[in-house]
Amino acid sequence: MIRILLLLLTLGLSGPALAQSDPYARLASDSYGDIETGIAGLAASGDPRAGAVLAALAEGRLLYRPSDKALFVKQGDGLVEARSGGAATAEGLKPVRANNKIRRALEAAQGQLNLVSTDPGKRREAAEAVFKARDTSALPAVETALAKESDRGIKRLFEQARAALLLAKPGTPEADRLAALPILQARGDGDSIAILRTIAASDPSETVKAAAGRGIQAIETRLAVAAAAQNVWYGVSLGSVLLLAAIGLAITFGVMGIINMAHGEMVMLGAYTTYLVQDAIRAHAPGLFDWSLAISIPCAFLVAGAVGVVIERGIIRFLYGRPLETLLATFGVSLILQQSVRSIFGPTNREVGSPGFMSGAFDLFGLSITWGRMWIVLFSFSVFLGLLFVLRKTAFGLKTRAVTQNRRMAAAMGIRTPWVDAMTFGLGSGIAGIAGVALSQIDNVSPNLGQGYIIDSFLVVVFGGVGNLWGTLVAALTLGVANKLFEPYFGAVLAKIALLIFIILFIQKRPRGLFALKGRAVES
Amino acid sequence: MMTNLKTWVSAAALAGGLALASLSAGAARAQETIKVGILHSLSGTMAISETTLKDAMLMLIAEQNKKGGLLGKKLEPVVVDPASNWPLFAEKARELIAKDKVSAVFGCWTSVSRKSVLPVFKELNSILFYPVQYEGEESERNVFYTGAAPNQQAIPAVDYLMKEEKVERWVLEGTDYVYPRTTNKILEAYLRAKGVKPEDISINYTPFGQSDWQTRVAAIKSFGSAGKKTAVVSTINGDANVPFYKELANQGLKATDIPVVAFSVGEEELAGIDTKPLVGHLAAWNYFESIDTPENKAFIAQWQAYKKNPKAVTNDPMEAHYIGFNMWVKAVEKAGSTDPDKVIAALPGTEQKNLTGGTSQMLPNHHITKPVFIGEIKDDGQFDVVNKTDGLIAGEAWSKQLDGSKDLEADWVKLNCGNYNTKTKKCGGA
Repeated sequence: MIRILLLLLTLGLSGPALAQSDPYARLASDSYGDIETGIAGLAASGDPRAGAVLAALAEGRLLYRPSDKALFVKQGDGLVEARSGGAATAEGLKPVRANNKIRRALEAAQGQLNLVSTDPGKRREAAEAVFKARDTSALPAVETALAKESDRGIKRLFEQARAALLLAKPGTPEADRLAALPILQARGDGDSIAILRTIAASDPSETVKAAAGRGIQAIETRLAVAAAAQNVWYGVSLGSVLLLAAIGLAITFGVMGIINMAHGEMVMLGAYTTYLVQDAIRAHAPGLFDWSLAISIPCAFLVAGAVGVVIERGIIRFLYGRPLETLLATFGVSLILQQSVRSIFGPTNREVGSPGFMSGAFDLFGLSITWGRMWIVLFSFSVFLGLLFVLRKTAFGLKTRAVTQNRRMAAAMGIRTPWVDAMTFGLGSGIAGIAGVALSQIDNVSPNLGQGYIIDSFLVVVFGGVGNLWGTLVAALTLGVANKLFEPYFGAVLAKIALLIFIILFIQKRPRGLFALKGRAVES
Repeated sequence: MMTNLKTWVSAAALAGGLALASLSAGAARAQETIKVGILHSLSGTMAISETTLKDAMLMLIAEQNKKGGLLGKKLEPVVVDPASNWPLFAEKARELIAKDKVSAVFGCWTSVSRKSVLPVFKELNSILFYPVQYEGEESERNVFYTGAAPNQQAIPAVDYLMKEEKVERWVLEGTDYVYPRTTNKILEAYLRAKGVKPEDISINYTPFGQSDWQTRVAAIKSFGSAGKKTAVVSTINGDANVPFYKELANQGLKATDIPVVAFSVGEEELAGIDTKPLVGHLAAWNYFESIDTPENKAFIAQWQAYKKNPKAVTNDPMEAHYIGFNMWVKAVEKAGSTDPDKVIAALPGTEQKNLTGGTSQMLPNHHITKPVFIGEIKDDGQFDVVNKTDGLIAGEAWSKQLDGSKDLEADWVKLNCGNYNTKTKKCGGA
């Protein structure tokens, strides 16, 4: 009797049991739990198609037919059957969905599969994935891969992954655990310290606990040094952004003495020019996308410069010598420009893409430096040097300096002073436009973009000393670094307030800023 | 540029003329129309979010007029621009109610703008429909809150992270103003009650429009390396979000390591970012454009046709206006009049199908019932719903987590009070 029952049971169970052991059937599901087991099953199955199917799932190209649970992979325009890889056609397909849990499981599974990949880049990624996932079942695979590996860099990564797995696995001999700790300590990043902290808190052996504690201390000291250096770098990066935003103003306000409240809007126009250039490139020449920013720079300079010349000729030239009126008039211009852009492009943000060379980060002696920020720092210094060259070494620069130092004498020497005024204002505005190209990479491209920078720009110019480009450079970097050194201790809000108070006190002591111009021109 | 300036000037002249024309026309037809006020910023910082709501209201009103209007009269929208300027909100509200004699106002976004118009609505006894998720701790007779209260957004989101992602360590990151500060206070109390240790909670505020997130993202990264699963709960507002997410992507903080759940980031905000590096970060809302119901499909099609833009996105506050407007229409029909007192009395209990397949109801505390969805950002800028509450959640005006508000109850039907203290049995707060 019992036998018959058992037989019935096995018969009844064999159907679902079969489906359970088949990872493909598991993947063709709407339930995240099923998909997760499917991924693990597929990774462990040794199926040659596993890598391709998991990659398809990661990229959202894995589809299933709800009616019969058949799986397909989208490849280019066509479909292939997931299990066999043969071409197929099907309708009524739904994508296999992924959430964070699934994506984590996928990374781990792909990591295991790619440990023995022929592509060194993939092996590197695989080692990192296994290290992060800490799925102890991957240990044999890591050990095989470690034995075969010849590249020293990747070998070290494998050793770190192995150490992490050994520590995560219950029942690893104490000697092995102790041997694993220094490997993680040498790695010395946030992930390693996380593992060591868990060990220091929960390991059964006191010796291991103590060793882990020493490891944590060593890493923490190193990280503290790195964090200080990192803050300085953040400061330089913030300073370079301030420099970019302020350097145009250093000309219009610093050299010409015009309080130009529409300066921020010139930055905004530059950012919108970048958007238009990218839009045109996407539509007509997608291959040029990586060059889009380089193409945008002259365009933004011309657009913002032209608008600047029009504002100077149309409004500001009637108001020379009346700073209050200039302030109000340019504030009005800034509102008009904002609202015009809002009417034309709409109030919402526009997407400006980052070219490949500007995304991601790299490691420099333990500092993590993002490519985008680094290019902006370099760009901002080159704009500064370029401007310095124009003002010091060209005929136009000579005329500008002549006009600002002694207008009547310059006019007597045959310089068309109104023309120089217009061109100088245009140059300042054009530089602001160039700043907009860079800022489009880190900030919102919206009609309000400029407002966020106008106050900071004035601060930098006033602090640095009106009329002195080097002062602007030093002031921008000082403010940037000081802000970033304060921020971890006071928080972003208080850091900004502290900085403002510092500047107010400083201006009380030295009203002309860091590098004051000396001479008769200043007094007049 | 010259032609540009010319077109701009002529456009301005045209707009001015139109406004005059509509004013005089409005005066002539004042007898036959019911006026509806729209109080959303069309310029300044908040224009980014509020302009869409103005358009959504215009669409809903036009739609209602196509169905024959209300009480046999046509509806007439009156649009004003408070220009993201909080005191101007109060002035414009007064203008709408006293001068234009509107029957109800749909508007405001930030809490400070709502607080600024409150006295005006009380004094002149009119009705405001407020469509945005907010910090709670308020229930006014003249205001109907169609956005989410904290228990309809923040708490379910934290529950999801605790249960599904097993998060043990929390960064509460917000912009420095009333909504994030109150929400974080509620969340902190909630987390502490759930047994999270104080050292596992980090709360930080940044100024409006913060654009340099390098230090904060690095700090989150190091806070997350304590060996416990960490998540970020973000109440970062508006403009600051794009640079924040760009920095997350650049520093390689992936959703699989440290997920970020946001309460102010919707389809509209994501339109300005490349979302590929952000896949998996979360948002909690009562509505997502990607939710597949016939009502939602029809609404999206209608919106895209109205905007003449096949890529126009819909978002949560738009749905709130959709629900609020239809509830107001039903209440006016039920009361047979647009008299504010009658409509305020008729509104509680009014039911309206929402766009996500349920039926929302106006509660006696002037909040509504809503479902809560958790969505993950997809690479196309939309959200994939990964979790949904069972049934609809009733909005709580007063948080159960905060000491000052635990004992308060809002009920405009039985108690006729917005802050009834259940301990002292008195109306009038703690």
